[in-house]
Amino acid sequence: MDLMKVNKRAVMTNEALQNLISSWNFELEFTEEGSQFLNISVKPESFHQLMSQLKSNNETYFDYLFCVTGMDWGKELGVIYHLESTKHRHIIVIKIKTDDRENPTFDTVSDIWKTADFHEREVFDFFGIKFNNHPNLKRLFLTDEWEGFPLRKDYVDEINMVIK
Amino acid sequence: MDTNIANSNLKSEDYFINMGPQHPATHGVLRLLLTIDGEIIKKVEPDLGYIHRSIEKMCERDSYQQIVHLTDRMDYLSSHINNEAVCLTVENALQLEVPERVKVIRTIIGELTRIASHCLWWGVMGMDVGALTTYFYGFRDREMINDIFEETCGARLTMNYNIPGGLMFDIHPNFVKRTKDFVAHFKTKIPEYDKLLTGNVIFQKRMKGVGILSKEDAISFGASGPVARGSGYSCDVRKYHSYSALDKVTFNEALKTEGDSLARYEVRIQEMWESLSIIEQLIDNIPEGEHKVATNAVIKLPKGEFYQKVETARGELGVFINSTGTKNPYRLKFRSPGFSNLSLLNHIAVGGKIGDLVASMATLDLVIPDIDR
Repeated sequence: MDLMKVNKRAVMTNEALQNLISSWNFELEFTEEGSQFLNISVKPESFHQLMSQLKSNNETYFDYLFCVTGMDWGKELGVIYHLESTKHRHIIVIKIKTDDRENPTFDTVSDIWKTADFHEREVFDFFGIKFNNHPNLKRLFLTDEWEGFPLRKDYVDEINMVIK
Repeated sequence: MDTNIANSNLKSEDYFINMGPQHPATHGVLRLLLTIDGEIIKKVEPDLGYIHRSIEKMCERDSYQQIVHLTDRMDYLSSHINNEAVCLTVENALQLEVPERVKVIRTIIGELTRIASHCLWWGVMGMDVGALTTYFYGFRDREMINDIFEETCGARLTMNYNIPGGLMFDIHPNFVKRTKDFVAHFKTKIPEYDKLLTGNVIFQKRMKGVGILSKEDAISFGASGPVARGSGYSCDVRKYHSYSALDKVTFNEALKTEGDSLARYEVRIQEMWESLSIIEQLIDNIPEGEHKVATNAVIKLPKGEFYQKVETARGELGVFINSTGTKNPYRLKFRSPGFSNLSLLNHIAVGGKIGDLVASMATLDLVIPDIDR
């Protein structure tokens, strides 16, 4: 394969991506956040549909999910997905949030990208965020008896955590 | 009487065995729960967390200079490249341009790190499949690189040579000469590696057609590094998202399309040649100048989100920083290559034998602290 050719292929700019995706009839919010990538916030209801369209559409073709980050914004909990296209080499960031701290739940994307299986388990382990239809949602790093979710901002462990 | 057990009414149950956490082939404290039928593997379930230190949570209370030191303890065989990833993220967020000298030195040491890591991998991988001599050959050559590091950085493994804004101190006067000596020495050694192991019939039989991963699955499982490139998936971060001085050099991305253990092996051997070539292109042209630019003693990143990816010896390491404008990150996430590469182990091991699992795992080149961050 000619690598240089792939490198020089015109990458879709953030504006072009935004124009294309906003024509898809989803309720989306485009943000900058000082990031070099296009950031999109999506409602949990239309999240799964948007993700599968981002992968299947030939112009976006985001087939490589490389980073899944659990987030605690203080009031809201959520997940940040970093996606890249191995065909076009553009990158996009998708965010979902919820106010529900007792029972935060989103749809899984492990049926779209197999790597999401492990990454979502990690998010569940440390943030307590559940994923609908996940094939094997249980703790990955911590023991099953562990109480609480350590990466949440309100997690307290007076013995093991050193607060400065 | 019916003697055919398969057709009889005898009840059969799944048989579980533990592999690890103290198994030599898991290279650390990784526990695999195997479901087996005789010698055939039906399922592999990794059990993680034996050495999880919650580095991401610790980062939330540490300054950006301190975070660099924590990254040594993730993938300790790529410690310099891990340090570089954090420094690049901070520098990009501050829009800080580091001197050319820093970029070139970072790249040279990064490639030396890659060779040292692959040397160790080659040694222990040979040992995993029963070739004991490779261990001593690999460690002999890695020792030379560690000596160079020791002289310049003061450390052999957890280097801490990068700081946000440049390098901790300038290179040692012997650095250029010793690196050149190593390159000349190692060029005669890789053919020796091939002679000893690559062409060996027993080794070939252990590796060929074992643990096959297709290109589509490699992408879907988020594989990166030599694991993905052994399946024909071109994903070298150094090519696609070039950083430091990598845009000044020409090198080929090692690619194989077979997707089996032997392909992943050959990709790493090829990568050692490419790293030598990168070092040769840069070592005589280290620009003069400062080895760092001044930063504030307390580094505060602007409000926002920053992402940087680099290519470690294992694949794509990503650093995601969410900053609220204070001296600590609000959230810091490490996307480690080993974590994603481990997730495909079940996929490539099912249907094979336990011995094949060892061979597949050896070519995934897992470093457990990289998975248990």
